Amino acid sequence: MTTYTTIAEDTRPLHHPKTWVGKYVWSQDHKVIAIQYSLTAVGVGLVALVLSGLMRLQLAFPGAIPFITPEAYYQFVTMHGMIMVIYLLTALLLGGFGNYMIPLMIGARDMVFPFVNMLSYWVYLLSVIVLLASFFVPGGPTGAGWTLYPPQAITDGTPGAGWGIITMLASLAIFIVAFTMGGLNYATTVLQARTKGMTLMRMPCTVWGIFVATILGLLAFPALFVAAIMMMLDNTIGTSFFMPSIISMGEPLSHSGGSPILFQHLFWFFGHPEVYIVALPAFGIVSDIISTHSRKNIFGYRMMVWAIIIIGVLSFIVWAHHMYVSGMNPYFGYFFATSTLIIAVPTAIKVYNWVLTLWQGDIHLRVPLLFAIGFIFTFIHGGLTGLFLGNVSVDVPLSDTYFVVGHFHMVMGVSPILVIFGAIYHWYPKITGRMWNNVLGQLHFWITFIGVYIIYLPMHYLGLLGVPRRYYEMGETDFVPASVQWANEIITIAALTVGAAQIIFFYNLISSYFRGEKADPNPWGATSLEWQTPDTPPTHGNWGPTLPTVHRWAYDYSVPGAAQDFIPQNVPQGEPGADGDKM
Amino acid sequence: MSNSPVTHTDHTAAPHSLESLVSDWSTDQEVFKKVQWGKAMMWIFLLSDTFIFSCFLTAYMTVRASTVVAWPNPSEVFALTLFGESIPLILIAIMTFVLISSSGTMAMAVNFAYRRNRKATGLLMLATAALGAMFVGMQAFEWTKLIQEGVRPWGNPWGAPQFGASFFMITGFHGFHVTCGVIYLTTIAIRVLNGVYERNGKYEVVEIAGLYWHFVDLVWVFIFAFFYLW
Repeated sequence: MTTYTTIAEDTRPLHHPKTWVGKYVWSQDHKVIAIQYSLTAVGVGLVALVLSGLMRLQLAFPGAIPFITPEAYYQFVTMHGMIMVIYLLTALLLGGFGNYMIPLMIGARDMVFPFVNMLSYWVYLLSVIVLLASFFVPGGPTGAGWTLYPPQAITDGTPGAGWGIITMLASLAIFIVAFTMGGLNYATTVLQARTKGMTLMRMPCTVWGIFVATILGLLAFPALFVAAIMMMLDNTIGTSFFMPSIISMGEPLSHSGGSPILFQHLFWFFGHPEVYIVALPAFGIVSDIISTHSRKNIFGYRMMVWAIIIIGVLSFIVWAHHMYVSGMNPYFGYFFATSTLIIAVPTAIKVYNWVLTLWQGDIHLRVPLLFAIGFIFTFIHGGLTGLFLGNVSVDVPLSDTYFVVGHFHMVMGVSPILVIFGAIYHWYPKITGRMWNNVLGQLHFWITFIGVYIIYLPMHYLGLLGVPRRYYEMGETDFVPASVQWANEIITIAALTVGAAQIIFFYNLISSYFRGEKADPNPWGATSLEWQTPDTPPTHGNWGPTLPTVHRWAYDYSVPGAAQDFIPQNVPQGEPGADGDKM
Repeated sequence: MSNSPVTHTDHTAAPHSLESLVSDWSTDQEVFKKVQWGKAMMWIFLLSDTFIFSCFLTAYMTVRASTVVAWPNPSEVFALTLFGESIPLILIAIMTFVLISSSGTMAMAVNFAYRRNRKATGLLMLATAALGAMFVGMQAFEWTKLIQEGVRPWGNPWGAPQFGASFFMITGFHGFHVTCGVIYLTTIAIRVLNGVYERNGKYEVVEIAGLYWHFVDLVWVFIFAFFYLW
């Protein structure tokens, strides 16, 4: 057999790049790659934020801005959705936080294949460039809605039905290649490269969430990849996978015999796990933030881990609840409604456990915890409206109304974003070695948190009235009262305010990076390994000459009899001041 | 400082129980003991790739089941006239035989790699790659023949247009995998023959390449069953 060393025994020196380019551009250090991923994702996310502002302006003041034509409006809807879900949330949570946190939290020097990891970022950047290029191709970006349903996505008359959809599909395929390279690294690192003593059941919830989400991604993105290839073929060389016989603009198209529903099945077989690809890392991160800042061990750690795994498994058998009105066999509804409602059980367990972790905790209401508590609120609201939409009979009238918009923005827009804000405030001192401005952080939280309620709560009401989503303007209708316009104006004002308030956030991060006070290596008194690095910010190789050894789980907070109210994971059992074996 | 590694497992007790499996997996450092990173990563990649091929085949079966036009009869379409007689599926049979045989040579290469037999390993890998290249060559012949007979991705003389579309897409994607495999195997074989893995002791690279190759073979079995035999 070959000689074999585990990571803890591996003492080979790391290759340290000497040049600036080697350190910060073509870097193979997981921390630099994480920052590159995050900055790119946030950059492209800002584009999507601007698009949402333009959409809101049109809805509040129809026709007031000349360049927002109906075509442009659909293009904004599509690009906003696609960018936010895939290029911002997925890339930031897995490429950003996954890359930064996995090796640090499990006590590894880096990802198992740093070169592949670097490649993953550059291919991701390519996919973003191709995506942004679609704004400049003839006809503009695709306006098919983020779900890209055929036949309309590739039929003349839809904005961007030519080059727009081609660049979008190409960009998605490239993104999936990039994600696969990164995802293989994250999964293998968690499975095979943990340090001595880091058992699976001692990993922080953050790592669990990111790990299971990565597995979901590796199994769900293939469906989108296949759908993208097939639609690309339909669009470019005239195959008919998704295209039935159809008359467009008075002319029969050359396609015949394809199945549009097939696309929907493939898309949502990816699309529903995608919700959890975004949600599970957020679940994990928020567990750690709540536990750390309320100085209590996470309530029901084992249950939290199993809930993550069960949600991951179930997420693969609920996809057709997005398709109740698609024309698929109505009997499917029984199965998919049932599986959808079952998924509420592990999810509710998680919410109870977060609340029970806070219960009688020594709560420090710092900005990260504010965002985490804000997440619990928005997630409960989004989750409950999900129960409405999971039931076929309730979904049918609410489908394609603003109720749906309110629901998914609450549950998979606002909730993960609040966690991301909380996580950035939580780890910023470790990543930069500086502390952010508390007043600005608080201000950012309150404006954002109250603002999203003003934005999304009225949308549920609009949906119950029957206001359809994706409409450029309402025109003359009997069932939509005039007050809807008034609600739309309020929503728009709130949306623009919240959007503008993010300037506070960016100002805080940037100015603190240069002028913030020096941060303590472990300002929150956290137990997990990333706070125990010899340097702050951690240097290449993370741990100095020897890897840390883990002796306990990640939640030894407020242990009776201990000298401090936390015991880091690498403190041996039975050390003076450390008391009791928790795991 | 007590530095004992964590072991929840008592290897002497009930070795086959589910419990010991779970506790084995959840110990520290590695879930799969003594499995190299590259090997673990290849397995996960193949799992992901399985989903790609499953989606392709499921999509093909869906369009085949839902199309209203008759599906061309594969036995006739894929027949070759040899010595004045039309033999159904003969080319595919040969292609399948070649590809399965290449799995045999690959397995032998892996065996010799573990015995540290540099020359036999390298040559058997090259033989595997040659068989793979032969497979792709025959596939090119098959494509040419069908194109000459008028099969296009958007239509064919015998029935449902989805026939040509699925055929070119699925066999094309599989052929792409085989082509990548041929390049991959050739590269590794040359490195084996140059003694790279003798020097750095990473002979498992051969086994990892073998995993990929067997996977590509296995996928072909499914394509063969679902596309040609159905």
